Amino acid sequence: MVSYIIKRSLLSIPLLVIISFLTFGLNNLSPLDPVEVILHAQGVPTITDELIVETKAALGMDRPFLIRYLNWFVSCLQLDFGNSYVTGKTVWSLLAPAFLNTLKLTLISAAAIIALSIGLGVISALREGKMTDKSIRGVSFFLTSMPPYWLAALMVWYFSVQLDLLPTSGMDSYESYILPVIVITISYTGIYFRMVRSSMLSNMNEDYVLYGRASGLPEKKITMHILRNSLQVAISVFCMAIPIILGSTVVVENIFAWPGLGTLSVKSILSRDFPIIQAYVLVLAMAFVLFNTVSDIINAAMNPKLRKGH
Amino acid sequence: MAILEVANLKIWDSQTGKVIVPGSSFHVKQGSCLAIVGESGSGKSLTCRAIMRLNKTGIRQSGDILFNGVNLTELPEKDMRKRRGKQLCMILQNGMRAFDPSCVVGVHLRETLACHFGWGREEITAKMKRAMESVMLKDPIAVMNMYPHQLSGGMLQRIMIALTLVLEPAIVIADEPTTALDTISQFEVVEQFIQLREKMGCSMIFISHDLGIVRKIADDVLVMKDGEIVDRGTSQIIFSEAAHEYTRYLVSSKQALNDHFKRLMGGVSLVER
Repeated sequence: MVSYIIKRSLLSIPLLVIISFLTFGLNNLSPLDPVEVILHAQGVPTITDELIVETKAALGMDRPFLIRYLNWFVSCLQLDFGNSYVTGKTVWSLLAPAFLNTLKLTLISAAAIIALSIGLGVISALREGKMTDKSIRGVSFFLTSMPPYWLAALMVWYFSVQLDLLPTSGMDSYESYILPVIVITISYTGIYFRMVRSSMLSNMNEDYVLYGRASGLPEKKITMHILRNSLQVAISVFCMAIPIILGSTVVVENIFAWPGLGTLSVKSILSRDFPIIQAYVLVLAMAFVLFNTVSDIINAAMNPKLRKGH
Repeated sequence: MAILEVANLKIWDSQTGKVIVPGSSFHVKQGSCLAIVGESGSGKSLTCRAIMRLNKTGIRQSGDILFNGVNLTELPEKDMRKRRGKQLCMILQNGMRAFDPSCVVGVHLRETLACHFGWGREEITAKMKRAMESVMLKDPIAVMNMYPHQLSGGMLQRIMIALTLVLEPAIVIADEPTTALDTISQFEVVEQFIQLREKMGCSMIFISHDLGIVRKIADDVLVMKDGEIVDRGTSQIIFSEAAHEYTRYLVSSKQALNDHFKRLMGGVSLVER
């Protein structure tokens, strides 16, 4: 098991290098000259060709692509992502708090999504075809079909404006979490609950369930066996849900003015703030690689076939 | 005296309304072995699962199933559950899939024995060890700590037989227990089934489409075709002077295959051994 963890973790290193190269390379393909962006942001009235050449040399941007990439890569390893073109602050000082805010929102939502999906999935599978199952599926289908921005607007209108119970935006107290978490949870639970349900149902048709029943085991014990086998698939999908939510809070964050990654990235993209965009893409890609590795390791720990290397 | 009496058993699919078994009646004599033979899809397995009341939710059944004078169809689910395993024990076709793939096989053995007898861990291990040794499983403690995928189909089949030995049920229902095995393991497992009957004197329902094995183990034979019982009788009569055309067809095609096999192998037949 330990050797598997080491092997799996080492495998993700080349992946990270490739990702960093792609991130830097793709940004480099942009037709916009970053130097012009910087000069504009600094409020230089007339941008002459000499000025551009001078600034380029000062920032080291006249050097070949590979050297610039290596410099950037080495400083990224030291958590130095450069300075924002627009504000001049270090990218780290902007990105770190935004990342933490989004992470808080993501983790709370993920916990709610996982708990709800497993709970509803199990109930629905055990009551397959009955009213409970049908109504859970109907309601979840209805809610998941609503786009998050529409759902968020409805929630704000009802809970904040009509009832005046919850704040409309910002991140001031624990109350501010409620609406965004509900919106994110609703938009994902419908998908993940279906997966738990169908995984439970396919396991319920397995022979081991029949043999358990034929041996006179109580239903509770049999359900635990089904759950254990169903969750093996679900856990890796849940692990991947966390980076997916991290990267897709843009809409919700913008509606609720959440000071997180989504808000920051949209702002940076609009102002062509390349260092922040690069760092944002890199951090998200790393999150994907990290959670993918973790989910593989958890899966191996739960699945004896993988664990023993068969 | 009949230990199990099935009367007018009808099985149908409630969703499509299709009748799978229109109405079977048969009985199993105390201490004897009844074989149910027939092609796949003839309703053999459904009949057995109906006795255990373990068919899938969409499959409905009616009729009476008298076990030791008690009508199983009228029992509450809780009482039926207590009888499963302890009095009516089932052995499945595919050992590889009969155990939870993410637990060692010992988990199923312990859970089953603990819920029927309330034994502790040591007692269960000791009893299972003895039973597993008697079905020729070497190193039973190590086997109990292995996952199903680490064991062979024949070994898992013998683990099920060993569990049956400890449970000491009044009737064993074996649903094609040799179909998923290669010829050598088949031979070993059939030997264990014969010994199982000798040791416990239990009654047995043995589903198979392998007439060679049926001939070895069964006292009485039921022949099923498209859900109906087309022929019945003692093993000798069925194999020598079958009344129904379909039975004669089954026996003669088996004979033809066997002769062909004998010719190929130069006079040796494994199944007949």
